[in-house]
Formats: sequence, C-alpha cells, structure tokens
Amino acid sequence: MGLISQLVAGLIFGIGLIVSGMINPAKVQNFLDVAGSWDPSLAFVMAGAIAVAVPAFWIASRRARPAFAPAFELPRADAPVTTRLVGGAAIFGAGWGLAGFCPGPAIASLGLGAQSTLLFVAAMLAGVLAADRFLSRRSAEAAV
Amino acid sequence: METHFTPLPAFLGGSLIGLAAAMLVLLTGRVAGVSGIVRSLAVPPSVRAFLGSTAFLAGLVAAPFAWSALGGSLIEQAVPASTSLSTIAGLLVGFGAILGGGCTSGHGVCGLSQLSVRSLVATATFMSTAALAVYILRHVTGGWPWG
Repeated sequence: MGLISQLVAGLIFGIGLIVSGMINPAKVQNFLDVAGSWDPSLAFVMAGAIAVAVPAFWIASRRARPAFAPAFELPRADAPVTTRLVGGAAIFGAGWGLAGFCPGPAIASLGLGAQSTLLFVAAMLAGVLAADRFLSRRSAEAAV
Repeated sequence: METHFTPLPAFLGGSLIGLAAAMLVLLTGRVAGVSGIVRSLAVPPSVRAFLGSTAFLAGLVAAPFAWSALGGSLIEQAVPASTSLSTIAGLLVGFGAILGGGCTSGHGVCGLSQLSVRSLVATATFMSTAALAVYILRHVTGGWPWG
C-alpha cells in the first residue's frame, strides 16, 4: 500500500506541475524575471500547494504514525539555520534560475524526450552524489 | 518564451502538488521533497526508502503520459538552450539542494507548510539567487554566453 501510495502521489505531483505550468521553465523564469516579463503565476502555485499541505502536516503532527509506515520521517522543528543551509540554498537557486528547472519538473519532463532535460537530470544526479559525498566526509571528520 | 498570468490553473495545479505532499506525509510519513527523494534513490538509506522513492519518481515520470491519456493539452516547454547550461545548472541544482537540505518542494512547499524557520530562510535565499541568475542572464549578459 505504501508503494502504491507513493506512485500515485508522484503521479498527482506531476500532473500538478503540468496543470500549473511549472513544468515549463519559461513560466518559472518569467516569475523570477522581476525586472522584465513578470508572470506572477508561481506565487499562486505555492499558495495552492501550501493551502492543502498546511492542514495535512497539522494532522500529521497529531498522529502517532502514518497509515502505511512505522513512523514519520519529518525534519526536526528545532533544527538551526546553518551556513550549509544558506549556502546550499544559494547554489540551488542559482542553478534553478539559470535553467528554470528544479528536481520535480525536470524529472517529470524526462518522458517528453528533450536532450537538455536528460542532460540536466544526469548532471543533477552527479551534483546530488557529490553533495552526499561531501556531507559524509564532513560528518566523518567531525566525528574524529 | 512568453507566458501569461494564469492564476486559476496555477492555484489548481498547486493544490494538486499540495495533495501529493499530503498523501505522502499522511500515508508514508515522508516529506515530498523531490531532491531528498532523489537522494534516497541514489544513496539509499534503506530498501524501503529506495523502493518508495522509485515508486514516487516513477509516478512523476509517468505524469505526462497520464496527462496525455486523460486528454490533456500539449505540454509547452522552453528547455535550456545549450549543453553547458543544462549541465552546469543541473550540477548546481543537485549539489545545492542536498547541501541546503531541500528544494522548492522540500523547503518551499513542505517546509513552509510546517512553519519551519529553516525553510523560510532557505526559500528566501534560493528565490533571491534564482532571481539574480535570471536578471543576469536576461538583462546583463543577454543569454548564456557559452554554447
């Protein structure tokens, strides 16, 4: 049941990206182009998503466990703001602005067959692995 | 590519994304942060996580096909114009998301929905650098300078 739920969630997420236009990098970049051809749509996408997610996370916080898994895997509410967080977000944002793609839309676009998308996702995977490696090394050093 | 302000489809599509996040957290306890899901596919912490991530990402990849089958309109896209742009942007997105602990869905949707200060800071940060990148690309360099 857990696997089917995740498959369906992925499907709904992807359709949400399509319906909202977020699968189109131009729509994302036009939102970010505050000095130019500004398209505010992205703000409405976030509003819609947050409107549904807020009550869901609230309900989750009052539950002992999720329906089809032994425990919730939510980040700690008291985790601090770190240099890593800000630095990582800054780097992520730069890439996102440059391509108009972030992980969700890029992966949802793979089936559309554009070479750029394939390249982006491959590079993104490399970046993910590099960061994971970097973080593992740092925590290993810290543990010494 | 020019795009138009489409508040209703934007809000509706957004609420579908929210619905997906709701399903994921209430049914499986996971955050719908795509970068984190990709990470748990690439560097699986457990078999359960790997299988779950595969299922979610499979659904994501299948979405345009489901859309088409449901009679949805042709999907318009302006993908990155150059090889080096796609590669560099992809590297930055992948590396930055993992380092920063999330992306637009992880921090921007799920984090903000949990009133996370970390996610607020992360979202404000990546929105700023993304806007800066677009500004430079469109109004300073006049496009990506390398082929």
